[in-house]
Amino acid sequence: MVDAIRLRDDDVHEEPAVSLESFLDQSNATAVRIEAGEDARQLLPYLDRLSLIEVSFPVFGDGRGYSSAQILRESGYTGELRASGDVLVDQVAYMRRCGFDAFAPDSPINPKHMEEALSRYEHVYQATSDQRTPIWELRHG
Amino acid sequence: MNIITGNDLKTGDVIWWTGLDWSRFVKDATDVGDHGEAILHREEAARRVNAPYIIDAELTDDGPRPGHIKDRVRALGPTVRPDLTLKPADPDAGEWVI
Amino acid sequence: MYQYDQYDQKMVDTRVEEFRDQVKRRLAGDLTEDQFKPLRLMNGLYLQLHAYMLRVAIPYGTLNGKQMRMLGHIARKYDRDYGHFTTRQNIQYNWIKLEEAPDLLAELASVEMHAIQTSGNCIRNISSDQFAGATADEIADPRPWAELLRQWSSFHPEFSYLPRKFKFAVIASDTDRAAMRLHDIGIQLVHNDAGELGAKFFVGGGMGRTPMIAPEIRDFVPADELISYAEACLRVYNRYGRRDNKYKARIKILVHELGAEEYTRQVEEEFAHMKELGLNPPVEELARITEFFADPAYDEQASDELDLSDPDFALWVDQNVSAHKQSGYAIATISLKPRGGIPGDASSAQIDLMADLAEQYSFDELRVTHSQNIVLPYVKKSDLYALWQKLDEAGLAPANLDLITDSIACPGLDYCSLANARSIPLAQKISERFSDLGRQRELGELKLKISGCINACGHHHAGHIGILGVDRKGTENYQLLLGGSGAEDASLAKITGPGFTEDGVIDAIETVTDLYLAQREKGERFIDTYRRVGMEKFKEAIYG
Repeated sequence: MVDAIRLRDDDVHEEPAVSLESFLDQSNATAVRIEAGEDARQLLPYLDRLSLIEVSFPVFGDGRGYSSAQILRESGYTGELRASGDVLVDQVAYMRRCGFDAFAPDSPINPKHMEEALSRYEHVYQATSDQRTPIWELRHG
Repeated sequence: MNIITGNDLKTGDVIWWTGLDWSRFVKDATDVGDHGEAILHREEAARRVNAPYIIDAELTDDGPRPGHIKDRVRALGPTVRPDLTLKPADPDAGEWVI
Repeated sequence: MYQYDQYDQKMVDTRVEEFRDQVKRRLAGDLTEDQFKPLRLMNGLYLQLHAYMLRVAIPYGTLNGKQMRMLGHIARKYDRDYGHFTTRQNIQYNWIKLEEAPDLLAELASVEMHAIQTSGNCIRNISSDQFAGATADEIADPRPWAELLRQWSSFHPEFSYLPRKFKFAVIASDTDRAAMRLHDIGIQLVHNDAGELGAKFFVGGGMGRTPMIAPEIRDFVPADELISYAEACLRVYNRYGRRDNKYKARIKILVHELGAEEYTRQVEEEFAHMKELGLNPPVEELARITEFFADPAYDEQASDELDLSDPDFALWVDQNVSAHKQSGYAIATISLKPRGGIPGDASSAQIDLMADLAEQYSFDELRVTHSQNIVLPYVKKSDLYALWQKLDEAGLAPANLDLITDSIACPGLDYCSLANARSIPLAQKISERFSDLGRQRELGELKLKISGCINACGHHHAGHIGILGVDRKGTENYQLLLGGSGAEDASLAKITGPGFTEDGVIDAIETVTDLYLAQREKGERFIDTYRRVGMEKFKEAIYG
């Protein structure tokens, strides 16, 4: 695994992410990792305390993590939201839109390609967690 | 016999391993015996073939005849459009598929 | 019909450049096939039996002459001079080169067309009623709603890696011409007690290995909550749809396993959360889109009279021409099922002709039907004869709409790597066997649907007579099914018994149609007689 790519200005959170099960047992962890099939809503009572949530993508075709990210951001989570695992440059743009602001891919991502991927689409059709103005809003102000 | 087939990466053409390179014609396919996997991986990695796989074929007077009808359709072309097959002039070409 | 603004155009143009870059990286070896495959699928490009196959989207089956002409151009320049219209109102080309695909997509983008999300585990083309905007029996044109959903579903970041593909259909009449109940989400526009227009949601229909008719999930969703409700339905599916087994991954399995009540409960819970998130476009957006679907400038003085003295023309009018909501006008269906022909195929010359005819006779609009035919929705009655003559010259006037030779057939083993048997030769042979138009008309409405494998792209479960091609110890074999319907009287066809050879199943069809003729009571269609008489009698006749 390679170093996480972060799109945040704050410092890297030092504490390692514990599993969801451990987190729900312990009362003082500030970083948690949820697996693709785990329910992100179990974290909702603890969002204030969390600085890092890592969402696993065991294979890039397993898209459950996108919904997990959206749910967390919709519920007010402002900490680091990290996509980890089988994350390829071709998925980062959609991940960003769903609220991810950090990536821990199994294989390195070319930073130039990543930059291109993130800036490629000038417009978006949907209102999502990244708060970009959707096209329907541009049309009707 | 065991033969290797796949598609040309750029054009999508159905191709067959001849022992030296790739041909569009199944009659040029060579028996790879037990060595197919190694050849297949090497050729795919070099992007000389896309999505290759090994199939069973029978050696007939007309050359290798793939064991499965699907690969025979791939070898010739659609039976319902003889003009679009590799043997447009042969009205009985579809018989070989079936 | 809808026209792109600068935003829509920018999206498709950017997508072309993105794909061009992805193809470049694939050809250079920076992407493996496993990494590239979902990306090319999301641009409609399959690696198929003979070559790469491209599926171009025709949103809710509507297009204009310029776009149709581009489809003909694509066939000539990039393919083998023909295209295949599909059961989802799209068009397919079977011989596309990967290295040329980006240029092809750029040409499509120049006429507001694309191949975005016509494959892959994402939301696919949204289908609709081919008579939309022209028929008297709809309460509104469903297509503005389909367009709203199309934009919402395009490049949706949360729903691009679903457990499996996802298909919507939107209609606005009690008569279902789009097999709406057999979709992952089917929507029927309805009025509430206050007379407001809204969407009734049916979720969990589909064909394939386990056909199901979608249960009703919500009887009314208002226009300004359509998007957030759809989001809720999709999110529950994305989170809980099965990912362990490709053949159990559609939403119909989730709805079936949870039960419609529990699935509904989960959706309503998610919806309660989502409706507060500002996801819904304002009603002005639907209004803006709806303006594009205003009635064409009908000639109010157009005569409602029709000279039927030419008997061949009269037959075509009787069979292929449907009533229009506007006096003096008619809806004409161009059958792509000529005698012995390949269902749904059209040569580039025929495509060009249909483009011309649409411009001349149908206010420049065409529709693709899920039965693989083409509709000209706004034809003046006084133009029908001239139209028919030109169609007839080009082999486009078989008078067989909804008759036994108007069959649906998937590409089958001649084209598709998933198939177990060839479907097209069977359709061709049946077409020949039943070629006598008098005989066909005697049999009346008879929806014959042929699939070359259990994936059911030929909709065989929804056929009055369905045929499923199977692999029986290495040879092609055909199962016969009876009693299905994709219309508002939705039902799933049942298998008759052991399978047949190709000739055997055609003989069995004749046995079955003969029995219908012997048993029918006044006014009964084949499906009606079958439902009244029951499977046993038909089984006896077939198997003795």
